[in-house]
Amino acid sequence: MRNLNRTMIGSLLLLAMAGGVRPVFAQVDFSGEWAPRFYEDQPERVPGPELGDYLGLPINDAARLRADSWEGSMLTLPEWQCRPHGADYIWRGPSPLTIRKEEDPLTREITAFHAEWLRSIDNPVYLDGRPHPSEDALHKWGGFATGKWDGDMLTITVTHLKEGYIRRNGLPRSEQATVTEHWMRHGDFLTVVTIVNDPVYLTEPFIRSTDYELDLHQHVPPYPCEMVTEIERPKGVIPHHLPGTNNDLREFSERHGIPFEATRGGAETAYPDYRKKLKQMPPPATTRPPLPNRNEGQQ
Amino acid sequence: MNHIYSGTTKITKSTKVSWSLWLCVLCVLCGSIVILPAHAQQTNEIRVTKVRELLFMLTGAGGNIAALVFPEGITLVDSGRAEMSDKVLAAVRMLSPLPIRYIINTSADPDHAGGNEKLGAAGGQITGGNVAGQVADAAEGAEIIAHENVLERMTAPSVKPPIPTRMTPGTTYHVDHLKLSTFYHGDGIELFAAPAAHTDGDTLVYFRHNDVLATGDVFMTASYPVIDVERGGGINGEIDALNHILDVAFPDFRLEGGTLIVPGHGRLCDSADVAYYRDMVTIVRDRVQDMMKKGMTVEQVKTAKLTRDYDGVYAKNAGWTPDMFVEAVYKSLKKLEGKR
Repeated sequence: MRNLNRTMIGSLLLLAMAGGVRPVFAQVDFSGEWAPRFYEDQPERVPGPELGDYLGLPINDAARLRADSWEGSMLTLPEWQCRPHGADYIWRGPSPLTIRKEEDPLTREITAFHAEWLRSIDNPVYLDGRPHPSEDALHKWGGFATGKWDGDMLTITVTHLKEGYIRRNGLPRSEQATVTEHWMRHGDFLTVVTIVNDPVYLTEPFIRSTDYELDLHQHVPPYPCEMVTEIERPKGVIPHHLPGTNNDLREFSERHGIPFEATRGGAETAYPDYRKKLKQMPPPATTRPPLPNRNEGQQ
Repeated sequence: MNHIYSGTTKITKSTKVSWSLWLCVLCVLCGSIVILPAHAQQTNEIRVTKVRELLFMLTGAGGNIAALVFPEGITLVDSGRAEMSDKVLAAVRMLSPLPIRYIINTSADPDHAGGNEKLGAAGGQITGGNVAGQVADAAEGAEIIAHENVLERMTAPSVKPPIPTRMTPGTTYHVDHLKLSTFYHGDGIELFAAPAAHTDGDTLVYFRHNDVLATGDVFMTASYPVIDVERGGGINGEIDALNHILDVAFPDFRLEGGTLIVPGHGRLCDSADVAYYRDMVTIVRDRVQDMMKKGMTVEQVKTAKLTRDYDGVYAKNAGWTPDMFVEAVYKSLKKLEGKR
């Protein structure tokens, strides 16, 4: 009997040790320094998208009018000079990314990841099961994000976003949008898929994937920002184009020889079948040379 | 049970008075400072959002209400609709058992000032000396403070039936700016008149030390601004008021947080939210003005659907449609033209 007990105790100890080798909570460590890899997205992510390029985006008429009215010098207003990208767009910026993890000191369970880019605020992703705040709570650039493990993939739900944009050419994303993120790590590569659902400005979920590569030599420095007077203008003036007066909207079409109608975007333009329709459209009446240096910094 | 970090709790009718509340009462009776319950179990439609340690936003009573708890009592900004007074009072009692000392009205609107009578009656002023000696009931009821035009609107002969005196402001101001002292009101409170904005009697209420600004209906998160031209409101005054909020507010790092804004309706905000709203209101004003310069009638301007890129966000107030907003902007600008 005594021997049996010893055997059982030994087995239990072995089981406990085996359990101790592998974390109880299936988790991949996303913490570290990540450098952006742009690939085919370089023109959009580094120099930025061209004016009037709405191609392939599932936007509605309201989004189109907001973007058509958008004037770049809006960003010179003191209120917008230090605005960071929202949680969905920040992945598309050109900045390096650092991800830190937060652990429960007792259980060693990861309770949160904190993602931060060069020009962002802290974007925490809570893994401790807390609920999202009430409808009355403050909205933030990073929103309120909670994550759940799906095998080795971390699936994140982001709510409580401030208004942002799906492109840096004035295409808006409303504060009513929610974002789902999937973080996937393959060795030294991090792939993040973001899915934006916006009942105000999108007709379909807007899905993008973005890659980063581990960079042990990277350190994201501080990036202070102070508001200054960039342009002196009478108080109360907001730069914008009145409907029908933005003469820059055809530039993209004319530089790339794409029918203007196609550049206006919409869900239809995102699907392969649209090519057939495209062939039947007249090319732009006038052409312009492409913008120089669009591929600088490509990796 | 709500977690404290969510910052919002619901008031239930069958309120379980927590031990912490009784402790709170005990502390007050003992002359100690107020201890607020960390979270409270509550029912009806009133939701309480913690804005700062002792400053709260009450939502669901009509217009939003800001409540500041201080050692001598409670200062409220607005009082909600009259029929919600009991529920508001129950919510306030969850925050503190102390008397409501002051109610500051941001306008004369019934959804902001409707609860003045009942909430005011549940409070009491800090007074004494010759005043208390001469007027027996001087200390009865909270002191109601507002812009002078709020009093004018409430007591106008055209108001039928007449509004009870106890519902009207007893203290008014007619200048651009009024300071209320920290000692009596729990914070250095600044009242900024916002002339000809939503109405002609709007007040922006700034809690200086708490760094919180209650805007009344000058700023709302899910509705176009209600420009009440008949009661002295105007689109340019509205834009001026929004810019004034941005002048007063200090954003924190990367335009997030800092001065917190309690809007007239809707969720808790910061200055970036006001900036988005200011941009929208200014852009719509410019669009309407442009069409007016081209000789368009108000019907033609409305037909152009000049707000259609914002309607998904702001056309949620069934009582104030985009067409009504555009018409008010048009009329307001016409009124200005007439003055030139």
